[in-house]
Amino acid sequence: MTSPQVGIVFWIIAFVMLISAFMVVSLKNIFHSALFLILCLFSVAGIYVLLQAEFLAAAQVLIYVGAVAVLMLFAIMLTNNLASKKIRQANRNVLVGFFVSVIFCFITLVLLVKTYVSVWGKLKPQAVLPAQNVLVFGKYLMTKFMLPFEVVSVLLLAALIGAIVLARKERS
Amino acid sequence: MNVTPFVLLELQPVFIWLYQLLEKIGLSGSWLTVASYTGLSLFLFGLLSVVALFLVWWERKISGHIQQRYGPMRNGWHGWYQTIMDGMKLLLKEDIKVVTRDKPVFFWAPIIAFVAAFVAYVVIPFGKGLIVADLNIGILYILAVTTFTVISLFMAGWGSHNKYALLGGMRSAAQVVSYEVPMVVSILTVIVFTGSLSMVDIVNSQSGIFFNWFIFRLPFGPIAFLTYITAATAEANRTPFDIPEAEQELVAGYNVEYSGMKFAMFFLAEFINMFTVAAIATTLFLGGWHGAILPSWLWFLIKTLSIVLLLMLFRWTYPRLRVDQLMEFAWKFLVPLTFANLILASWMKYARWYW
Amino acid sequence: MLAYLSLAAILFSIGMFGVITRRNVIGIMMSLELMFNAVNINFVAFNKFIVTDSLLGQIFSAFIIVVAAAEAVVGLAIVLLLYRNWQGINSDQVNVMKW
Repeated sequence: MTSPQVGIVFWIIAFVMLISAFMVVSLKNIFHSALFLILCLFSVAGIYVLLQAEFLAAAQVLIYVGAVAVLMLFAIMLTNNLASKKIRQANRNVLVGFFVSVIFCFITLVLLVKTYVSVWGKLKPQAVLPAQNVLVFGKYLMTKFMLPFEVVSVLLLAALIGAIVLARKERS
Repeated sequence: MNVTPFVLLELQPVFIWLYQLLEKIGLSGSWLTVASYTGLSLFLFGLLSVVALFLVWWERKISGHIQQRYGPMRNGWHGWYQTIMDGMKLLLKEDIKVVTRDKPVFFWAPIIAFVAAFVAYVVIPFGKGLIVADLNIGILYILAVTTFTVISLFMAGWGSHNKYALLGGMRSAAQVVSYEVPMVVSILTVIVFTGSLSMVDIVNSQSGIFFNWFIFRLPFGPIAFLTYITAATAEANRTPFDIPEAEQELVAGYNVEYSGMKFAMFFLAEFINMFTVAAIATTLFLGGWHGAILPSWLWFLIKTLSIVLLLMLFRWTYPRLRVDQLMEFAWKFLVPLTFANLILASWMKYARWYW
Repeated sequence: MLAYLSLAAILFSIGMFGVITRRNVIGIMMSLELMFNAVNINFVAFNKFIVTDSLLGQIFSAFIIVVAAAEAVVGLAIVLLLYRNWQGINSDQVNVMKW
């Protein structure tokens, strides 16, 4: 935290994010939980802005809210009946799942605090991130990370073709 | 800018003077920032509401004259305050709610549509120095926030619990997601040339004479402009791409069940979206606020309103496409065209065959 | 920094809870997206506070976002196919590997 204002904004965003994330996994109405997913992803974009990753924030909103969430809403509308809202959404593992997640969360937090105290807290960052880093980002993508970039593009193409083949109605 | 009598009409000094006034009355630090941004957003809100009201009236006049009638004539000169009266009527009307609606979704949909229509104006340069915040991701920010419009249409369609509304919502989602691709790619053509996402940089790269405007960068400038306008018409859900609210097929699409205040919000948001796409087209292709003699904000308004006029003429002269034609047009024609155009533009940029 | 990492950890746990307990396949995919995002927050936070000399973390997050989008596309296509064949998309109904 650099300044108190950033701290306040961070806590607000974190609160919204966790509440909406919990709504995503616990609501009965799957359409509502998809809407809360959008809210949650939007607040993640807010966190990116706080972490000086403006490009990533915009890409997050553009891809998740504009594409992934819309696709999910689409799939929900195609596969749910409007009438049957009250279906049991959770399976038998609720209790087990709850304990596993809580224990996992607890262990991770303990590890984080311990590592922070022993290692990260003593590290000093070598440099500060450049304030306007979209240009740097693009240059990295086109030089150092050229190969992964191309591989990801091919993966996207493969996913596109695969999805079309899968969802196409078989004509006979 | 050369010294002309109109240079006194530039609005930037007014805002600088207001800012200094705020400084003088003892505000400081973050309070100053908060106060100035609040003031700016309120000002922008008022301005855009006036613009939207004007656009509604203008659209009715144009449609009337195209159909050989006068349009609204009763309230004032050629009915100029007709939309204000209409707005008051909508505010006073009963807010009819369907019993089977999905309450929170039904309630939030118009609000999200309204907000999503307004927030894009943060990064649009209205004139010389008239920009709320010059973000370095400018145009990407606009693309990101305007996607919330789709979500609101979806929510309206689902929340209404009505099959026409649901169909309208689904159609609009399919349409907007499809047309987003050619729109983004034709915007990318501009970005390849300016090398920056910031709206101010994009405008400044088109300064100077007329022929520096991006639309005159032959041969890809006009192609990118035309594809952008086509895709933007679809994004703003207007005829010939107004499948989501095709009156003859779907009654009124996603907003069938809305009435009163909420309907007014959807309606205003639609017109503000139209103004948004026109403003983006102005900034990207028509040189933004650059122009001779007249003050910069007036140039911006003139260019934007001419594009709005173009969109309105589209609406009242073209028939509507069918759903399958709409999709085929987007994926089989616009997407290949824009991609070929982008490749051509990047190649010419690389070979430096441009001025 | 600790705050960001803890936030990501809690988000990841919530996502995990969702993956374990949801019956609806789309619900499972939404929880998966939550977990992806938690990982992304970690990458970006590390990039901001520790590895500041390059944008490695941000670029990795961008790749993760792209891969998540691809995953969502294929997953939703499978969901549609499931719905067409089984008339329901609950994960415990789909227990046949071969028809």
